[in-house]
Parts: sequence; structure tokens; C-alpha cells
Amino acid sequence: MSIASANGVVKIILILLNAILCNNVLLVQFQGICPFMGVSRKVETATGMGLAVTFVMALAALVTWLVQHFILDPLGFGYLQTLAFILVIASLVQFVEMFLQKSSPTLYQSLGVYLPLITTNCAVLGVTIININSGYGLGTAIVNAVGTALGFTLAIVLLAGIRERMELGNTPKHLRGFSISLITAGLMAIAFLGFTGLITK
Amino acid sequence: MHGIIAENPTFRLVLGTCPTLATTISLINGFSMGIATMFVLVGSNVVISLLKNFIPEKVRIPAYIVVIATFVSIVQMVMQAFFLDLYNALGVFIPLIVVNCIILARAEAFAGKPENNVLASAVDGLGMGIGFTIALSLMGAFREIVGSGTLLGSPILGEGFAANAFKLFATPAGGFFTFGLFLALFNLVFDKIDSKRKARKEGV
Repeated sequence: MSIASANGVVKIILILLNAILCNNVLLVQFQGICPFMGVSRKVETATGMGLAVTFVMALAALVTWLVQHFILDPLGFGYLQTLAFILVIASLVQFVEMFLQKSSPTLYQSLGVYLPLITTNCAVLGVTIININSGYGLGTAIVNAVGTALGFTLAIVLLAGIRERMELGNTPKHLRGFSISLITAGLMAIAFLGFTGLITK
Repeated sequence: MHGIIAENPTFRLVLGTCPTLATTISLINGFSMGIATMFVLVGSNVVISLLKNFIPEKVRIPAYIVVIATFVSIVQMVMQAFFLDLYNALGVFIPLIVVNCIILARAEAFAGKPENNVLASAVDGLGMGIGFTIALSLMGAFREIVGSGTLLGSPILGEGFAANAFKLFATPAGGFFTFGLFLALFNLVFDKIDSKRKARKEGV
């Protein structure tokens, strides 16, 4: 392997680690909290949601990057970014849903219920906007999106595991539900603070 | 106007959690996020209420999103032009108002319903917006005082406290804790009110 390509691989791994651990989308950046709280009752559903998000996020990063650099920028329509991106994501989710339904019914059955929810997952719109604002190239943008999605999956599956156990515990009445889940997420966020500074540029 | 307390979007309905956690590091950030969201809520509620007879049932969600995104772009441009510091502080969360579930929820549950006219929809958006702003300001004030020892930038608990503030509450983890504790507090208060009401009814 030549030095240039080895450097490239190291760079990709660093971007992935940074997105998964140091800048975890849920626990550090606060994006996508709605599904984080809503779909984290069972490990199984949390995993399904994580996979669906990974799939859509990678696709959305690809398509929005192309839209930004080949449609919005040349035409000077930068101010339509928010509008264009949310429409791209909404139609992409719809398209993925129809495509999976026809081509892979088993995958559709396991992801199907979560797909419509992803349109309003702000982590998807967030990662596409951050990719553009940070001036990432196409490859970096997709790697960053995959890393972000893996970080999402990691955090939501961890929280689901804890919540499954917590069902058995004796939580004070007023703390039940969202309240105790948020406090649990806070403790997880402290643990993830330990990753800060793991990667120095 | 029951969006302010009884159906407070943040503490009672638990909608729009992302900006609630992310922008409440200080009172001014939380408050301006609340105001920005309120503007979008009122604007989109009014427009959707006006257009509801022309929007076909099947494409209503994409149509709502386009209306909401338009208002968000307006907010984004106005803030960039006149409040650049705030624009930079709130960052990606301004465009993310588009996917704030409160706005789509009110469009779907209130403004898009045939029985609600334009004025009622505007008032509904205003009530929800005020409720959201109050919630964010409360959390912002709490986190700023405890986490940085300041309020609106001035050290109200003395310089000594500001220097040794409980910094955890300024971090993301502190956001989760604050929100969780506020939720529990509201549950407690509403439970007390409910049981008092019940007791009074039984007494009569």
C-alpha cells in the first residue's frame, strides 16, 4: 500500500471515530433526540431504527451534496438550501420505502415502520447541512454521514439496553418515562465526554 | 391559548426536544430560539390555515413542510443580517427549526383542520410559541446560573461563584439532567394540582 493511500485510510478512520465517539450526534450535538427518546424502549426496535437511519443518512449526504454543488451553487440559489434539502430528504425517504417494498420485502418488514419517522429526524438534515458548511468533499461527506449514523445507532442501542433493565427497577413515580430516560442519557453523555480530545487534528 | 401551561409543548407534550437541549446553555440563546420558533409557528399556522382548502389531502405533509421551510429561511436570513452573534451561537439549529415536531404537529392537529379559522390558528401558534419560549428561557436561565454563574452575561451570584461554577450544567450532559429534572418537577406540580381538584370535587 502506498503512503498516500495509507494516509487516506487513516484519515477515514479518524473521521469515523470522531463522528461516532467524540462528536456523538445524540449525546454531544443534540440532534435526533425525538427518536432517541421515542424508539428506545426495546433493543430490537432501536437497532432497526439505527439501521434505517444509517441507510438514509448515507444516501441523503450523497444526494444533497450533489444538489448543493451542481444545482444550488451554479444557479446562485444558496438561500434555498434548507427548503431544497428537506424536500430531498422527504422524497428520498419515500423512494427508499417504495424501493425496499418491491425489492427486499424482508428488509422492508424490519425497517418499514421506522422509515417515515426519519423525515422529521433532525440528525439527517443536520448532518447534510454540517457537511456543506464544513466544506467537505463528496467522499468525506459520505464517510462523515456514515460515522454520524453509526454513532446514532450506538447511542440509541445503549440507551435501549439500559431502559429495558430499568423497567424492572423501582423508579420514583414522577421521574418515570421521559424524565428518567433523559437523566440516563445525561449520565451516558458524561461517559462520552471522556472521548473529548481523543483525536487531535 | 392552553399551549402556554396546560399543554406546554416542552414540558407537557415533550415535542421539539433537540433545540430545547442544545440551545439552552444561556438565557439569551434559549429565549431567541423560542422567539424564532414562535415566528415560524404563527406564520406557518396562518398560511396553512389559509391554504388548507387548496392543498390535496395526499400531499399535505410535503406542502406543510414547504411552507414551514419558507418561514425558516426568512428567519435564517433576518438573523444573519441583524443578529450575527446569535446566528453563529445557534448555528445549525436555525435551519433545523424545519424539523421541529411542534410546528408540523400544530399544522396537522390544528391549522389544517377545517373547523379552525385563520385567527384561531394564529392564536394557537402564538400560545404554543409562548409556551415554548417560556420553557426554553427557564431552562436557559437555570443552566446559565448554575453552569456559568451568570445571568445575561453578568455574574449575579458574585465573581467567586462565576469562577467556580458547576460547569457540568453548561455541558451536553447538564442539558439532559436539567430537562429530566424539569420534567419531573412539572409532573409533580401537575399531579398535585390534579389531586387537589379531585379532592375539591369529592368534597362538594
